[in-house]
Amino acid sequence: MAARLALAEASRLAEISQAYECVARRRTLYTAALLGLGTLSILGGLYVADEANSGSFWGGLDKFFDYPIELLAGAYEKGLVGLFRLFLEYLPYLVETVNIALVSTVLAFFLGGALSFVASRNLVSNPLLVGVMRRVMDVFRAFPEIVIALLLVLIFGSGPVAAVIAVTTHTIGALAKQFSEVNENCDLKAVEGIRSVGGTWLDQMRFGVLPQVLPNFLSYTLLRLEVNVRASAILGFVGAGGLGAELKMVVDWNYGADILVIIFMLVASISFIDYLSGWLRQKLIGQTSQI
Amino acid sequence: MADIRVSRAALLNEERRLDDLYPGVISQDLKKRLLGPVFAALVVLYLVVCFFAFDVLGVVDKARGDMAQLFALDSYAHKVHAKYQFKRDEQGFVVSLEGNRRAIYKVPPEWIGHSKSQTIISLGGDGKVQFEGGLVTYFHPDYQQPFVFKVGEGAPQFLSGAEVDWLKVSGSQVNARPSLYSRIWMTKSKVEVQRYFTGWENFWFDFDSKLNGLSVGALWSLVFASERLHPEMSNLRYMFHELWTNNEWQHGEVYFALLQTLIMAVVGTLIAGILALPLAFVAAANVNPVKWVRTGMRRLFDFLRGVDMLIWSLIFIRAFGLGPLSGIFAIFFTDTGTFGKLFSEAIENADKKQAEGVQATGASSIQKYRFGLFPQILPLFISQMLYYLESNTRSATVIGALGAGGIGLKLIETMRTRQDWENTLYLIILIIAVVMLMDQLSGWLRRKLIKGNA
Repeated sequence: MAARLALAEASRLAEISQAYECVARRRTLYTAALLGLGTLSILGGLYVADEANSGSFWGGLDKFFDYPIELLAGAYEKGLVGLFRLFLEYLPYLVETVNIALVSTVLAFFLGGALSFVASRNLVSNPLLVGVMRRVMDVFRAFPEIVIALLLVLIFGSGPVAAVIAVTTHTIGALAKQFSEVNENCDLKAVEGIRSVGGTWLDQMRFGVLPQVLPNFLSYTLLRLEVNVRASAILGFVGAGGLGAELKMVVDWNYGADILVIIFMLVASISFIDYLSGWLRQKLIGQTSQI
Repeated sequence: MADIRVSRAALLNEERRLDDLYPGVISQDLKKRLLGPVFAALVVLYLVVCFFAFDVLGVVDKARGDMAQLFALDSYAHKVHAKYQFKRDEQGFVVSLEGNRRAIYKVPPEWIGHSKSQTIISLGGDGKVQFEGGLVTYFHPDYQQPFVFKVGEGAPQFLSGAEVDWLKVSGSQVNARPSLYSRIWMTKSKVEVQRYFTGWENFWFDFDSKLNGLSVGALWSLVFASERLHPEMSNLRYMFHELWTNNEWQHGEVYFALLQTLIMAVVGTLIAGILALPLAFVAAANVNPVKWVRTGMRRLFDFLRGVDMLIWSLIFIRAFGLGPLSGIFAIFFTDTGTFGKLFSEAIENADKKQAEGVQATGASSIQKYRFGLFPQILPLFISQMLYYLESNTRSATVIGALGAGGIGLKLIETMRTRQDWENTLYLIILIIAVVMLMDQLSGWLRRKLIKGNA
């Protein structure tokens, strides 16, 4: 009796181990397929890219350090005082670039925030409205800033206004998506409480949802600020003003010292904003988690 | 009366009791209450200052609304020119697409009527233009009296007709724009009538192609026809060839450029992820005990991330030349920094218990990380790479426009001509479609891979 039971158990065990092996084999197969696909796309992509490039990889490899060395040599000629003078000269442009980013982020915070409430499934009962708003969000987000900036520069002329509109448009879409995800995770008990005492939809959002989500909103916005400083620097290249426009000019003229000073200013300000926003975010989120 | 007083006292009591129970909720201190309004006021003040600093009013005032209108019109409509040159009067009116000398209609369209001595050009809702013996007469449906001009001897002269603001007569030329869709332009050497039609012209086949203007049915029957249009190709292949090599819309080149942009994004992201993974282990405090190596690695990540993609692409374009290879390098340099930071933080936040459990079975240190730690960070690894794949598609377009090639460069090229707005619109639609597609794809994969694993 006991032997028959052991036999049955053994066959059951064999079945299980067979099934496990089957799953393991399929997993290995999928992993291998994924790795193969990845390797193939990297190699194929690099091959196509190398063919399409005007210079080749191997030709460029030993030239890679030429440009940085050239820039450093230009900077060395200027001397420390000359470099500092350049720094002061370009400071107003840096302020403009940072201002473009800040204004766009603030505008997008309000507009994207408003959009996100209408695009959250749990806050709006009309699924059609939510669907339409989500598509609007997707289109806003898909627009690369440079496309809008290029069009607006033709109409408004070069200057920060085109850049602000371009960056704001993209940021509204990006922030609204993140905000609506935060909204959808919020606790609806407060909303129900306000509805039960006769609060309108706006009251429910203002007093029921906003206090819960605001710290996360601000945190995402701060993260976006850093991204936008980079974006507004790039937009300068297509004539939207700020430090990017100056960088394009000195790159075209090949002024080594000026290029290096501008790169330094950009990198320093991006790193500073990155650090600052990280510190602020930790304070914001940390505060709420204590309550 | 007494009743109310009692309940009021009770209310006050209740309020006091609640205030004691939850201090600082009912009556917040002034600093806390003012924080919100003051902050909001500061933000509004900042926006107002920037409004004037950026001179928004001046910029809007100087905005070229007329240009925007023309660009917009040109992006969805095409223009047909009918041009009469006095020096070559034997040719009569030459009808061409967008005034292009290589796109001249051999058979004039039916809205241009010819007889022996006169030509009548219909402008649809804007009336018609009659040209006869040195006189141009324009009949506008809103005006009883026709507009008459004398042309051919020196500068054109305005003989009779109402004074209207869409008609500009100067010493050397007459420029009439009765609506956005038509224009009559006369100088001392020519009379030119332009009319817009909605739609993209020659989108499928070239102006000169044998297939141009054929209907879908006609094309379909051509596929099965025994007679070959081109001796060396079957009809279907010929059609595809004609479509692919369309000179004006450059479908072949556009889709190759799109492929280049996608390659930049995909390859750049993949390489960055693969490089960042081992480096992240080096930078994680719970894996690597050597502090100076860890700090060095972190500073390297910060450097790669801090030097913007824009600057990396400038440096690589200088080294490798214009093209997608430089774009790949710019993307993977920047993103190695980003991924390295994210992954190393994830490794540090990973749960120690699994790794210890694996170690307890006698695993080597590589096995410990492979089976104890790696499965914990794999979902984050995949989801971050997919997130960045989508955003890098957009970045690849942007650095492409700066010189790294691909669809971004194509877009800049068509915009520079300031004439091919229909191509510009087409490219913008393509870019947005691809970015949205990548967004959907990465979201779908993320849900599939991460939730499927859990």
